Amino acid sequence: MGGLEKKKYERGSATNYITRNKARKKLQLSLADFRRLCILKGIYPHEPKHKKKVNKGSTAARTFYLLKDIKFLLHEPIINKFREYKVFVRKLRKAYGKSEWNTVERLKDNKPSYKLDHIIKERYPTFIDALRDLDDALSMCFLFATFPRTGKCHVQTIQLCRRLTVEFLNYVIASRSLRKVFLSIKGIYYQAEVLGQPITWITPYAFAHDHPTDVDYRVMATFTEFYTTLLGFVNFRLYQSLNLHYPPKIEGQAVAEQKPEEGEAYAMDSESYMEKLSALSASLARVVAPNPEDEVQVDEFPVDGESAEQEAARKKEQEAVEKQKKLFEGLRFFLNREVPREPIAFIIRCFGGEVSWDKSMCISATYDVRNPTITHQIVDRPSLGKQVIGRYYLQPQWVFDSVNAKMCLPVADYFPGVLLPPHLSPFVSEKDGDYIPPEKLKLLALQKGENPAEESREEAEEDSDEDDDDNEGSEGEEHSEKEDEWKLKKLEEQRSQGKKLPVKVSAGIVRLEDKQQAAQEEQSEEKRLAIMMMKKREKYLYQKIMFGKKRKVREATRLAEKRKAHDAAMKSEKKKTKKVRRE
Amino acid sequence: MEPAGGSRRLSILSTQVLEEQAQESDDLTDSEESVYSGLEDSGSDSSTEEEAEDQDSNDEGKRKGNSLSKKAQARMASQKKEQVQCQSLETDSKPSAQQELPLKGEYEEDSSDEEDVRNTVGNIPMEWYQDYPHIGYDLDGKRIYKPVRTKDELDKFLDKMENPDYWRTVQDKQTGADLRLTDEQVELAQRLQKGQFGDVHVNPYEPAIDFFSSQVMIHPVTNRPADKRSFIPSLLEKEKVSKLVHAIKMGWIKPRKPKEDTPTYYDLWAQEDPNSILGRHKMHVPAPKLRLPGHEESYNPPPEYLLSEEEKLAWEQQEAAERKLNVLPQQHRCLRAVPAYARFIHERFERCLDLYLCPRQRKMRVNVDPEDLIPKLPKPRDLQPFPTTQALVYRGHTSLVRCLSISPSGQWLVSGSDDGTVRFWEVSSARCMKTLPVEGVVKSVAWNPNPAVCLVAVAVEQSVLLVNPCLGDKLLYAATDQLIEGYVPPEEERLQPVTWAVAAGAEHGRGVRLIIQHGKPVKQVTWHPRGDYLASVLAADGHTQVLIHQASKRWSQSPFRRSKGQVQCVLFHPLRPFFFVATQRCVRLYNLLKQELAKKLLTNCKWVSSMAVHPAGDNLICGSYDSKLAWFDLDLSTKPYRVLRHHKKALRSVAFHRHYPLFASGSDDGSVIVCHGMVYNDLLQNPLIVPVKVLKGHAPARDLGVLDVLFHPTQPWLFSSGADASIRLFA
Repeated sequence: MGGLEKKKYERGSATNYITRNKARKKLQLSLADFRRLCILKGIYPHEPKHKKKVNKGSTAARTFYLLKDIKFLLHEPIINKFREYKVFVRKLRKAYGKSEWNTVERLKDNKPSYKLDHIIKERYPTFIDALRDLDDALSMCFLFATFPRTGKCHVQTIQLCRRLTVEFLNYVIASRSLRKVFLSIKGIYYQAEVLGQPITWITPYAFAHDHPTDVDYRVMATFTEFYTTLLGFVNFRLYQSLNLHYPPKIEGQAVAEQKPEEGEAYAMDSESYMEKLSALSASLARVVAPNPEDEVQVDEFPVDGESAEQEAARKKEQEAVEKQKKLFEGLRFFLNREVPREPIAFIIRCFGGEVSWDKSMCISATYDVRNPTITHQIVDRPSLGKQVIGRYYLQPQWVFDSVNAKMCLPVADYFPGVLLPPHLSPFVSEKDGDYIPPEKLKLLALQKGENPAEESREEAEEDSDEDDDDNEGSEGEEHSEKEDEWKLKKLEEQRSQGKKLPVKVSAGIVRLEDKQQAAQEEQSEEKRLAIMMMKKREKYLYQKIMFGKKRKVREATRLAEKRKAHDAAMKSEKKKTKKVRRE
Repeated sequence: MEPAGGSRRLSILSTQVLEEQAQESDDLTDSEESVYSGLEDSGSDSSTEEEAEDQDSNDEGKRKGNSLSKKAQARMASQKKEQVQCQSLETDSKPSAQQELPLKGEYEEDSSDEEDVRNTVGNIPMEWYQDYPHIGYDLDGKRIYKPVRTKDELDKFLDKMENPDYWRTVQDKQTGADLRLTDEQVELAQRLQKGQFGDVHVNPYEPAIDFFSSQVMIHPVTNRPADKRSFIPSLLEKEKVSKLVHAIKMGWIKPRKPKEDTPTYYDLWAQEDPNSILGRHKMHVPAPKLRLPGHEESYNPPPEYLLSEEEKLAWEQQEAAERKLNVLPQQHRCLRAVPAYARFIHERFERCLDLYLCPRQRKMRVNVDPEDLIPKLPKPRDLQPFPTTQALVYRGHTSLVRCLSISPSGQWLVSGSDDGTVRFWEVSSARCMKTLPVEGVVKSVAWNPNPAVCLVAVAVEQSVLLVNPCLGDKLLYAATDQLIEGYVPPEEERLQPVTWAVAAGAEHGRGVRLIIQHGKPVKQVTWHPRGDYLASVLAADGHTQVLIHQASKRWSQSPFRRSKGQVQCVLFHPLRPFFFVATQRCVRLYNLLKQELAKKLLTNCKWVSSMAVHPAGDNLICGSYDSKLAWFDLDLSTKPYRVLRHHKKALRSVAFHRHYPLFASGSDDGSVIVCHGMVYNDLLQNPLIVPVKVLKGHAPARDLGVLDVLFHPTQPWLFSSGADASIRLFA
């Protein structure tokens, strides 16, 4: 045999990967800078298929990057900026040390800065790509916007985050693209559909943060730096697509300017604009006034068979969406002071409702509590002093549940002080065999247009059920008597058997063969036998799949049982209270 | 540099001392620098430098005092004597070997130049004169000769021994003469070696005088009026300022623009070029989106999603990574009661970490319908007949029934049990026709397959009994008795491994005809299909584990010369003169005619328990205690064609049906599995194995279930005997 000896780990997958430290050395960056670069450029480690081969025979835990990724990073102009910044910091420190304040000032003026525009374009070559990756960006910006203006990060960043998120909210209002909302214990989830892409974000409840100490805010700040750039460009594009001004302008701003005394009372001139924008009550000015005639009707194409069905389903869905968009149209809401203003105002505005609040709460309240045209007042206090006739007083959950149900729900369950129905997640889509909570079933029925009066009948039934229960009690006693008799008989028989010879002729019982059951049994046995003949690997896979299925079923039954027990307990409690009342 | 004012002030303070000094020592230059050098004690760095300059400027003759001596002079003139001594040390290096320098007036130093012969070669390496007789030139230009030196090592040694001053004698390099160091010089050298000052009287730890105190004095140190230039505006500055003013006027210098810190946005995706999508994006693994919240995360979830107390406790005790829900579901009455979520920032941060630190990998999710995984087999219904239901139970034994055998006609069944009896049953009625008590556990029974003979071999303890059950056709069993009685012993007695004995008396009455006494306990007994030969397996080590007996000639032999491991069971080939021997791990096939090993089958099992051969003789099944059943196709390979793991526990016995394509296996889990095992005549077609029925009936007892299975010779019936002391017939 001729030829050179092939050395190990000089070809194949070992050469496609590079460890983090090696990558860092290749790029001549400190670890912090390397991390920042990876965050900005979206470079992440890869898990090789054969870790041991890549790790040159060692099984030590290492993170691997693709060599191509690292080579790609080599040409990044931002790396130079990082180096410049390092030098800048060094010079600044020196100047401080020498107390050369002029130098400090000069250096600070010439602080090196970089732009991330090209990285955004490179990471998201198309706008849709950017939209797809917007979830984390929005959540992060919404979080940073709630940070205090001291300490954890630069004030500019916080302000920028606030500005961008407000702009985005205004866009969602203008385009009416909100679809789902959910009050979780973590925060409020929103889902909007922008250009066909579902975008989900979470905002924390408006409380001061208890800043944890085991969190690296620099990492988060780097992410935020990238996300703000991304969100800014996305906002620009979105505003452009709706023919809105960017930066946003409030419609009829001239009117607002005419009465400046209001603004003066609330905020500084420079800030009042931003505040008004973030109040979310005014609609935005458009570059070109919208013309209803311009709306293009989609041509209909003749379709056949299956696609026709699909088309019909699609059309129906679209209609539902259109209907949902106009959910609160014509309704006038008023938010009480204890209600979280921003989320609810945002949601109501997203579905075409008009909303106002107490003047002391926020700028740009459009009407007063005493306004007689108010149809719904959102209240979150156990009892109200005096109520105005002609409007519903509702708890905030009604708004959320109505949006998720795509219809205005009956208001009776949401009156102040009433025990609220459970708030269900709109993000769960139950498949076959999954557990569906009864509230959801009720909701589905409502959506299908079944009579909501059914409920009252049900309740009536419940009452009758209760009566039945009483009857059942006596019936049960009867049952037990019969059982006792039967047992006695059996005992006697046994005794007599013991005395007699075991040989005995007894009348045969005609056994009716259930053909269907027999066939089923046969089939199941067939299956069992066939499973015995499976290959080892396939059997393992099969058993794994079946185990997962069984677990799902178990989970569903567990939930169902829990619910049943809970309902029973509630019922008995009700009965007790009723009895007490009767007495 | 120290400020001049300071030194000036000092100089004023110490003028008196200096004046005194100047009077006393005129060899010091009276230049200003030297005056400063006198201030060395003040601790300023500059003085040494000045001194160095000073030394350079002075001619060689004046280079007498090192800094030390000078310091001494400056400090106190009264210590002249020491100073002179120090100088003498310095001058030692000069050729003028002033051996007895001491105690001369200071004026003598000046004349010292003229006094002696001086080498004028200067400061050169003296090795240059190594090869010459002279060592330099004096002032007159005459050679200075080297002193006569003819000392060899011996002389040196003697000198060292004799001369008490040897240790303080040094050689002057410039003259080559020996010098004896004085006491003072020796002391100085020692002090310097120790790192102390050369001067004994110098105190290195004198109290520091803070001349430049931090306190600003009210009076200036000097009374000098300010310079004129400090009142006149600088021309140079004026020029510079006017230049700047001009530049500003001309618009060359502009005020610095305030930096724009608000980012500007534009339509980044104005030109979306699909070609600009980099190749990298195809390799890109997008980060999975965060899981969307379910009902349990709601602030007011349905009651079934709330955790009960135990579940809560379990949740709290779990590791954070193991938890199925990452939050504890909670119910709040109304929205205003909902608190802030404490881990919100944590979760965002963890998401960030996941995004840039977590290795990503593309994984192919197997999306299989589990029904597709089940192999498509012919339906058992199409493979009938096979035993499906339990038809009869044969009760009578009181302990576990170890072995079964059936008469070739299929009318009688014999069973051996741990209760020390052999019972004969009528198959069709489940009646026990006869009970044969024996002493000990019956390990194995075998009915003679020859239909013309009515004989049963029973393995009990150390012997094999040949029993005539006296069942069935009277003629037949009478003929068998006659056959046994008609035995004529050979003329010469041959040596046998066993002893054949004829049963007599009560035993004969019970049916026992012959007793083959083995020296060791017998495990198994089996007949050759012809019915004349029978083989027995002994539970012993060594090469006599298997014995083959010929019943008609009452003749036994041990076929193997060497042991190949512990023999589990043996079997005769149904058609050809082959003999199967199963040891613990493998099955050996011997050709009895050629008396050689024909094949060795590797079972891949840990411990073979039983085997059965297909009536056609080309296929063999092997049951093992590790709950495997191996099917061998003898023509195909020495490895199993198929290994079936149908049973949950150890297999105890396997059996083939004589006519139907059926085989069965009985196991400790109490079940008998009947399989369809079709062997085709076509050699290219592999045997078809389909499990058709799982028969259950035996109750497991003492961790044992079914101990033996057996097919009826003509009907598709199956007998099984179990640890519950019963025999069952499945039909």
